[in-house]
Amino acid sequence: MTVVLGVLLLTLLVITAIAIVRTKNLFVAVMLLGIFSLLIAANFFILDAADVALTEAAVGAGISTVLFLGALALTSEFERAPTPHRWLSLAVVTGATLVVLYATFDKPAFGDPGAPVHQHVAPWYLQKTPEFVGIPNVVTAVLGSFRGYDTLGEVFVVFTAGIGVLFLLSGRRRPTGGRAYDPTQKTSIGLRSHVIPLVVSRLLTPFILLFGLYVQFHGEYGPGGGFQAGALIAAAFILYALIEGEERCLEVLPQSALNALMVGGALLYGGVGVMGILLGADFLDYSMLAADPVSGQQLGIILIEAGVGMTVTGVLLSIFHAFAARDPT
Amino acid sequence: MKLALDILSWVLLTAGGAFVLVGGIGALRMPNLYTRMHAASVTDTMGAVLVIAGVMIQAGLSLVTLKLAAILMFLLITSPTASYALANAALLAGIKPSAGSAADLEDAS
Repeated sequence: MTVVLGVLLLTLLVITAIAIVRTKNLFVAVMLLGIFSLLIAANFFILDAADVALTEAAVGAGISTVLFLGALALTSEFERAPTPHRWLSLAVVTGATLVVLYATFDKPAFGDPGAPVHQHVAPWYLQKTPEFVGIPNVVTAVLGSFRGYDTLGEVFVVFTAGIGVLFLLSGRRRPTGGRAYDPTQKTSIGLRSHVIPLVVSRLLTPFILLFGLYVQFHGEYGPGGGFQAGALIAAAFILYALIEGEERCLEVLPQSALNALMVGGALLYGGVGVMGILLGADFLDYSMLAADPVSGQQLGIILIEAGVGMTVTGVLLSIFHAFAARDPT
Repeated sequence: MKLALDILSWVLLTAGGAFVLVGGIGALRMPNLYTRMHAASVTDTMGAVLVIAGVMIQAGLSLVTLKLAAILMFLLITSPTASYALANAALLAGIKPSAGSAADLEDAS
């Protein structure tokens, strides 16, 4: 059954990918990219990778669609005319595809317990997580503790991306003078005159925030963690900005607070690592944070997940505001 | 009792699947944007309600049922809103509701 569903989903994935390449309308391409992410999230889910599925659904299908639309609002709706010399890129793509196809013949069969991935460190993680970390979700233990360096790298990559977008896009502000929100002024920004979206979004926003916090702090017990929670919380604020207008959203959570979230999250993660050194263990070894090593590990994971969530929220919202603040020309 | 519940849930799931299928066919075959939206909204409402009700009966009285009920509530609130937003955006973009076939294509281009 899993194989049938998987083949179905992967076939749909290929169809969607071809449609994305074929379409000239970038707006359609963005929508298809959202479908692509949702399909791949479903595929991850039937392979029992609930954490990755949640991330893909929240970031791929949700936030990136909004960010792509923000980028499209600044550029054109249609693709540029194709450049000549496409045979060169075609040759490169064909060559790469043939190499990948050739490599798949050496791949172990689907679900083969003797595959190298199941023989290397994975069994050790599964066995030792209850003893060393004592939390049910092994993915969080691997992500937060065993492979803490990799996650630190990911957080810094997200942080760097946010800094880069801010450098590139936030130089020029709207020339209409003061950006302070004036409640008496009739603004066309936002959907405040549309009662149905307004009421529904006001109803839903607290629940989205609550769900984001649940995903953040439930990461040790079920699918979830900082990346997914950051995307969800950013989504709640983006919904608020779309309905009430971007200025109102910046009043609630100003850019200085977003910068503080971005920097603070990365600093918190790094600081927890340095705390490990100061307490006499290794960098990113949380064992010394509490009286006994297991609760130290749990405390460390909660802290670094909070750092991840803060950075992701700050970066995503900063990128959104950077797009929204530009004049579409 | 178990058998009756099973039959009930399968009836609900099949009916939900039928509504999704009808919605899909309608979204492909209807003549213009608003009628296509109308057809597609069947999947969001009847299809989703029936399928989730069927799954809820399969799950029995448990935390899963509660979560499914929350998802159902969320869908019932958000999908009509999304339909409204889509129709409103189409109207603002200048696509007029009309009974003719493929009328929106001529208007939009």
